[in-house]
Amino acid sequence: MTLKDAKTGMTVKIISVGESELKNRMMTMGLIPGTKVRILRSAPLGDPIAIGVRSYNLSLRKEDAKKITVEQVA
Amino acid sequence: MAVLSVALTGNPNVGKSTIFNELTGARQKIGNWPGVTVDKKVGYVKYKNRAISIMDLPGTYSINARSPEEQIVTDYLTGERPDIVVDIIDAANIERNLFLTLQIMEMGIPIILDLNMMDEAKRAGVTINMKKLGEAFGMPVVETVGRSSKSIRKLLDVFDSTVMESFHPSSLIEEHVAKVNEVKESNLSESEKDEKLIEMRYAVIDQIVEASVVKNHVGSSLTEKIDNVLANGVLALPMLLLILYLMFQIAFTWVGQPAADALGDWIGEDFTDWANDAMAAAGVSDWLQSLISDGIIAGVGNVVNFVPLIFTLFFMLSFLDGTGYMARVAFVLDPIMRRVGLTGKGIMPLMMGFGCGVPAIMGARALDSEKDRMTSILITPFLTCSAKLPILALFAAMFFPDNAANVVFAMYVLGVVVAIVMAKVLGLTAFKDKGATFLLELPPYRIPAMKTVLLETWDKGKGYLVKAGTIIFAMSVMIWFLSSYNFSGPTEDMDTSFLAYIGNALSYLFVFHGFSSWESGAAIFTGIAAKESVVSTMGIIYGVGEISTEAEDAVETAAAFQGNMSAAFTAASALAFMVFSQLYTPCMTAQGTTKQEAGSWKWMFFSAGYTFVTAWVVSLIVYWIAVACGL
Repeated sequence: MTLKDAKTGMTVKIISVGESELKNRMMTMGLIPGTKVRILRSAPLGDPIAIGVRSYNLSLRKEDAKKITVEQVA
Repeated sequence: MAVLSVALTGNPNVGKSTIFNELTGARQKIGNWPGVTVDKKVGYVKYKNRAISIMDLPGTYSINARSPEEQIVTDYLTGERPDIVVDIIDAANIERNLFLTLQIMEMGIPIILDLNMMDEAKRAGVTINMKKLGEAFGMPVVETVGRSSKSIRKLLDVFDSTVMESFHPSSLIEEHVAKVNEVKESNLSESEKDEKLIEMRYAVIDQIVEASVVKNHVGSSLTEKIDNVLANGVLALPMLLLILYLMFQIAFTWVGQPAADALGDWIGEDFTDWANDAMAAAGVSDWLQSLISDGIIAGVGNVVNFVPLIFTLFFMLSFLDGTGYMARVAFVLDPIMRRVGLTGKGIMPLMMGFGCGVPAIMGARALDSEKDRMTSILITPFLTCSAKLPILALFAAMFFPDNAANVVFAMYVLGVVVAIVMAKVLGLTAFKDKGATFLLELPPYRIPAMKTVLLETWDKGKGYLVKAGTIIFAMSVMIWFLSSYNFSGPTEDMDTSFLAYIGNALSYLFVFHGFSSWESGAAIFTGIAAKESVVSTMGIIYGVGEISTEAEDAVETAAAFQGNMSAAFTAASALAFMVFSQLYTPCMTAQGTTKQEAGSWKWMFFSAGYTFVTAWVVSLIVYWIAVACGL
């Protein structure tokens, strides 16, 4: 599953962050393998999504969330 | 004793500017870092007989030199080597904040860890053992509560007593740095190295946080509750519209515009009269008197007029930014803005463009990428600013009395459509290779510190006054000269002035647009100085004397013009003239701002030129469609 497919309210664990222009920035912001992420909400038109990661909230577009492989933990 | 140099670093949204403002008060110098539009702020304090200079470095998440801000921080820390670096950390969000801390320590620079907003952290159920945290890094740790001057004084006490030489990185940090150097010297590719380093840093951070931070779950936070209303589902868009509407009401109806009008009246009447009397009493020659009152006071007065409006807008934007709501605006509108090739953050500056292009162009500096910034700066001139409205209102009232409001509204829509098309075109041509990215922190909602909001408003507003003012001053003198002189010297009559020649020359450009009189050419020419001038120039030329440039007086003004202008325009050519006015070259204040913000004359001339060409083409098309429809 990718972060794009995770539903609001789910908690997931990052397995890998795929190659993209944003990869380095996403990792710097704390999205690295092993990190737990909670899906908080999506914008009114469904995209972008807001996630809770390492005690703060971050928003990203679905096309970028698609690059992150995750597994559900709760 | 030598001046102690202190540098403040930290992530965005950690309350760094508030601490800086509390530390330095108004004793700040604001400039620009060379070559980029990033503010450079230095403040000076004297504390216990010790002179301290404090450099407020731009807020960054890391120092990988990927953005101008990160480059500045890296260069400053390695080049200037400040005596003390204070790394300001949002205590509630310590993990991500420590990433920057660790990177700075890898550079071998000793730092003070300042845990800010401890009150917020406590509410979020975060307890930090400061002693353990200090031991983990081997560095001093202090705590501050952003706005409390008592806690800020504690920070100053630390500067006073700290001899950074007596602090040494812990063995944990030293081991980490050794491993970092190993990776840097390995033969992995650059991106592999970067990724490996990021993972190593978070591994160390996890270890430190594990030992010194306790998190208790405390239920959903206030921020989440607010977001359920402002950033969620069906409510988000109407709430956004409501907030924007209130902002515009405050700026253009309740506070900003009325204050601007009052100031304008005062400058235009009382102050001008007083200046004329004073000059007459002092025996100043007529031409100089005319230069001063008709040229300089009128021209510079036009700029000063904008001041209350611009300060009001900047105040509200700084305030909203301080609350954290701006990030939600970007979040909510990103899907719409993306279709145009921009990101959600781009909406705010563009919205301001409906009031005035100047703050809109200045506001673009808050955007992340070069592409977003430049596109936003370049499409702003197509929007209907408040100074264009009187032109539209006048022509609509005169030539389309039955449909005036619809025609004006159509012009607004046309402006938006052209702006969108141009954003697309620019995205496919000039900025083709620069992708706009969107990865945005949604910071917790906070009540911004008033001092920070006011100082920010003042900095931006002052920038406008100083920068735009100098260019306007020169242009005002020029326009005055052109309208009061011809080849044989001073002239009373505007139709024999240089302005008439220019108007005449310009009018040849519009032979296929149906409005090729020198009068409309002259109005278009002066409109490049200020859009307000279009209607007032026509007033002077058509000899209707004192006319109002207020949109709400358009009907009376139209009646005054009727006989003179109905001969010069048909309904179709009036429509074409409106379209042209709506889209062509922005006023010189906006152009001066474009030069400042885009950083080059090249972009200013490009902006002036391509808007003119666009306006010319679109108004030509509209004219012939209108003619074909029998107008």
